Amino acid sequence: MSAWLDRLTQGLSRTREQLSGQLNVLLGRGPDVDEAFWTDLEDALIGADMGVVAVNEMVERLRDAAKRQALPDARAVLEHLAAEIAAELRRPDTEDFIAASPSTVLVVGINGTGKTTTVGKLAKAAADEGRTVLIGSADTFRAAAVEQLHIWADRAGVPIVESERGTDPASVAFDAVKRAALTGTDLLLVDTAGRLHTSRDLMAELSKVKRIVERESAAPVHTLLVMDATTGQNGLTQAREFNSAVGVDAIALTKLDGTAKGGIAVAVVRELGIPILRIGVGEGADDLKPFDPEEFAAALVGLG
Amino acid sequence: MFQNLTDRLQSVFSKLTGRGKLSEADVDAAMREVRMALLEADVNFKVVKEFVAKVRERAVGADVMQSLTPGQMVVKIVLEELTALMGGNEARLALSGRVPNVIMLVGLQGAGKTTAVAKLANLLRKQGKRPLMVACDVYRPAAIDQLEALGRELDIPVYRGEGTDAVAIAREGVKNAVDRLRDLVIIDTAGRLHVDEEMMDEAAQIKTAVRPEQVLMVVDAMTGQDAVNAASAFAERVDFDGVIISKLDGDARGGAALSIRAVTGKPVLFASVGEKTDNLEVFRPDGMARRILGMGDVVSLIEKAQEAFDETTAADAEERLRAGSFTLDDFLGQLRQLKKMGSIKDIMAMIPGANKLPKDAEIDEHALVRTEAIIQSMTARERVKPSVINGSRRERIAAGAGVTVYDVNQMLKQFAQAQKMVKQMGSQQGKRKRRGMGMPGMPF
Ligand SMILES: Nc1nc2c(ncn2[C@@H]2O[C@H](COP(=O)(O)OP(=O)(O)OP(=O)(O)O)[C@@H](O)[C@H]2O)c(=O)[nH]1
Ligand SMILES: [Mg+2]
Repeated sequence: MSAWLDRLTQGLSRTREQLSGQLNVLLGRGPDVDEAFWTDLEDALIGADMGVVAVNEMVERLRDAAKRQALPDARAVLEHLAAEIAAELRRPDTEDFIAASPSTVLVVGINGTGKTTTVGKLAKAAADEGRTVLIGSADTFRAAAVEQLHIWADRAGVPIVESERGTDPASVAFDAVKRAALTGTDLLLVDTAGRLHTSRDLMAELSKVKRIVERESAAPVHTLLVMDATTGQNGLTQAREFNSAVGVDAIALTKLDGTAKGGIAVAVVRELGIPILRIGVGEGADDLKPFDPEEFAAALVGLG
Repeated sequence: MFQNLTDRLQSVFSKLTGRGKLSEADVDAAMREVRMALLEADVNFKVVKEFVAKVRERAVGADVMQSLTPGQMVVKIVLEELTALMGGNEARLALSGRVPNVIMLVGLQGAGKTTAVAKLANLLRKQGKRPLMVACDVYRPAAIDQLEALGRELDIPVYRGEGTDAVAIAREGVKNAVDRLRDLVIIDTAGRLHVDEEMMDEAAQIKTAVRPEQVLMVVDAMTGQDAVNAASAFAERVDFDGVIISKLDGDARGGAALSIRAVTGKPVLFASVGEKTDNLEVFRPDGMARRILGMGDVVSLIEKAQEAFDETTAADAEERLRAGSFTLDDFLGQLRQLKKMGSIKDIMAMIPGANKLPKDAEIDEHALVRTEAIIQSMTARERVKPSVINGSRRERIAAGAGVTVYDVNQMLKQFAQAQKMVKQMGSQQGKRKRRGMGMPGMPF
């Protein structure tokens, strides 16, 4: 597996190089704030999946601000925008429930967004800090989901509560919560099967898991929605639906090591007020970082 | 929710009553709406620019057809151009006479490759192929186990090699197929980022090693603007032949499909529309064009309906229908057929104009579930002869189904209506052969 990790780190640094090569298209075109600049800015923001309606409003406001505050050049305009976005993304009242002990975290999301990997990374990080961690595998649907999570549990050196494929996910969650309480676990992470928000049955199943966990857990229960940064405008609908089905407390935004900027997450924070807590920047155990609004906003507008 | 393009354009053109030619100003206003619709559907902004410019050129000065409003005329042009851009006629999987044929799947992490491998194997087996699936994702934990489990489920063999050399495993997999008299190899590869040089190199090497007839890129229908970056890189490094668009059973508009087609010229061949192993369909460009514009997909709807309609149930129900003995059991059978078609909301999304329904007219999907629960709580006798269901029986049934007595009453009333309708139809039709959907008096 070390070859795997090597490959990964190399891949990552290359990604960053590539990215910085692509950056500053807006700055690279010179300091002038002319009509072409505004058009390019609009394109760049739409290209970052910020959504056309939101971008129109944003650019409108920014034009105003640029005039009123006599922003001198392109960089100043971009910095102003980044600050505005960062302010929106910063939620001072956000509690990092993942870092709290004891804590139960239910991990949910669409198929393939990185839930299991995120659970693995979170388990590893918490275990490394010396906290006691337990993983519950409530994905009893997908083939080899348990095996996958098992490997992550081994990597993190933490125990796992699992069950046969096809069993009721709520019952596995129940067992996990019981076991967490018995063993005095600091952090219980419950992985769930990926599901489309359009599937009523599967969303109802998830609500049931949440209900059981909430009913049985002595530790506070929170729900983490794992979102893929490459997601387009549908991301907002996803977040809305998951939020109404189980109540989402925070977001982990994954796959930011690619070239997608994850602009849809801004829309989610804005509309639903759900904070982003972690970002995924690779497939390795250590590739999960705390969310930094300034850094994220800077990357979004091409100042990264 | 997004407005569909027809509605948008209707409001743009509502001031216009005149016919004749589309003026430049009208077209400009319309193009603003077209641009918004496409961007909201995640079509890449560069693709949108080019597309809008092209449509604008065609639309300005175009004659508005007799039967159409100016708004409809623009929609017509947009749809035609979009369908053409999507690839016009359905593209096909190009296989050769070689034994075995090799298909290789590539894509980003989490796109749905492994399940797509199984679905494709399943689909092609139905067409007479003898597939072998080869597990080359040596990176993601338990990816190989996942493919093996799917293979067991489908009773399709899986080759899992030894070690972590994906290129060698692919090569051995093809050899293995020859030994096992398999005429088709489908290779699952690890998800990889298009900017990960080494991993992209690995994919290219696998391709060189096994010379696949077809390399297919699996793309998530929910992908945003970045789809073109990923697809361009994959096109350049592994030169794939076509696309499988996944998770199309969700409600994403799927503009990525259009972007990829426009930027790489590669056709979309298949659409994955569910988690089950038979949820893979041949892709329809015209349907996709409508979906991207939010205009429904009648063709897919009809297909879905036909697939879901189980012939035996149909024949059975028809028999009873003619005999005038349509029971609650038949009713339940038909309900289940309907449920197989997917969630009602999904189906409604495919009906043009259905998204114009006011909010409170939204279909009560629970009604379906409720009706099913009610019938299931009845005894066999009650199902055949609902007239015996008196007050206390109603209470028992309501308790069993977890609904109110009112719900039971409503349901029985609906059924009685349905039965009456069926009787009328039965007598009208006589011996005429009747096929297709027979769902009288559905609870919506
Ligand atoms: N590049 C990159 N890949 C990631 C990241 N997070 C997860 N992945 C990869 O995405 C793929 C899917 O991850 P999983 O953790 O299996 O996703 P999941 O949401 O559990 O998937 P399902 O349970 O099948 O719905 C795997 O190949 C992961 O290695 C990330 O931050 N960056
Ligand atoms: Mg998972």
